[in-house]
Amino acid sequence: MAPESLTQIFLGTLLANNFVLAMFLGLCPFLGVSGKLDTAAPMGAATTFVMLVASLCAYGLNWLVVEFQLEFLRLISFIVVIASAVQLVEMFMKKYSPALFRALGIFLPLITTNCAVLGVALFQTAREYNFLQSVVFAIAAGAGFTLALVLMAGLRERLNLANVPGVVQGTALSLMLAGLLSLAFMGFAGLGAGE
Amino acid sequence: MALPGKAPPSTLDEFLEGLWRQNPVFVMVLGMCPALAVTVSAVNALAMGLATAFVLVSSALLVSLIRKMVPKEVRIATYIVIIATFVTVVDYLIAAISLELYEALGAFIQLIVVNCLILGRAEAHASKHPPLPAVTNALGMGLGFAIGLFALGSVREIFGAGKLFGVSLFGPDFQPWVVMVLPPGGFFVLGAWLLLFSWWRSRKVTRSPLPVGEG
Repeated sequence: MAPESLTQIFLGTLLANNFVLAMFLGLCPFLGVSGKLDTAAPMGAATTFVMLVASLCAYGLNWLVVEFQLEFLRLISFIVVIASAVQLVEMFMKKYSPALFRALGIFLPLITTNCAVLGVALFQTAREYNFLQSVVFAIAAGAGFTLALVLMAGLRERLNLANVPGVVQGTALSLMLAGLLSLAFMGFAGLGAGE
Repeated sequence: MALPGKAPPSTLDEFLEGLWRQNPVFVMVLGMCPALAVTVSAVNALAMGLATAFVLVSSALLVSLIRKMVPKEVRIATYIVIIATFVTVVDYLIAAISLELYEALGAFIQLIVVNCLILGRAEAHASKHPPLPAVTNALGMGLGFAIGLFALGSVREIFGAGKLFGVSLFGPDFQPWVVMVLPPGGFFVLGAWLLLFSWWRSRKVTRSPLPVGEG
């Protein structure tokens, strides 16, 4: 495979292979936190930050694991390090931005079990990205997650004013909306691939 | 069911809870990421469902066995390490059984670790119950999850490719609905299943004789 340029990685991950809408990663927070625009944006920012931290950790860990030929420990070490990183972020945020900490509430610790975060770590390893590529990949994944979250929140806020039949309300409606968004994002397919 | 409902739930009840009443896919809507990502065909869906069920059952057993030894502060970390261990086992197992399947499922086998269903069950059920009920409950949940995935995967394969388990159903003239195998199809099919379930439930509620007047 030809080495991908940084722009290709960024655009491809942000739009064409959007983590939420094309790869189905991070659906729990996507469906859970996308009720209001005010919480969607900070949640996206926090996840992006954790992704970046996780990506850096994973890059270093992967080097260690390969160096000592302990590949079977890769998954376990990734998840433990990510969990600790989230804990650290939580503590920092509690100290320096209590308002944001309260706003995010329960969803902050849940970032640990956000498959998008582990997904970043696993995919960058599988695709053998170098350091710079990993960083760009993590930022693009986070930005894509935030984009999907904010779009969805906007749609759902608008739908609160609409007259929706009772049976359709709730998760079913969110999933249909997500399907439509995902259909729209398919229009980006091929972007970043052909240069 | 002739089971006495309330009191301590019987073993059968524990089992049925996950299989039907609290079905992880259709009722609780947990563990969506693998549910949508790999259910392009019935075989993939079934493999993913069974792999998840295996991790669910074995981690429930282990968590339940050591539930009195683990200090409360580090329990989540302990559970995650246990789950990650079993996922690694499954990862190598699938690679050994079928390389083709392994490639198709890709990173999503390893992503079983962060399936909220497994951690949720370990925390909410297995850590508070002795091994037998914990395992029964996990088995029910696991099978419920596998059935849910199979329901998604088979619908997507039937419409998306006109096949089921690779066997052509409609003959050569069938025009496949490509969108079903693409990401939007996953959202639409799951949404449609949920619609069906909520319609069915609302129908049951309006039909059953109500003890008190409606609101």
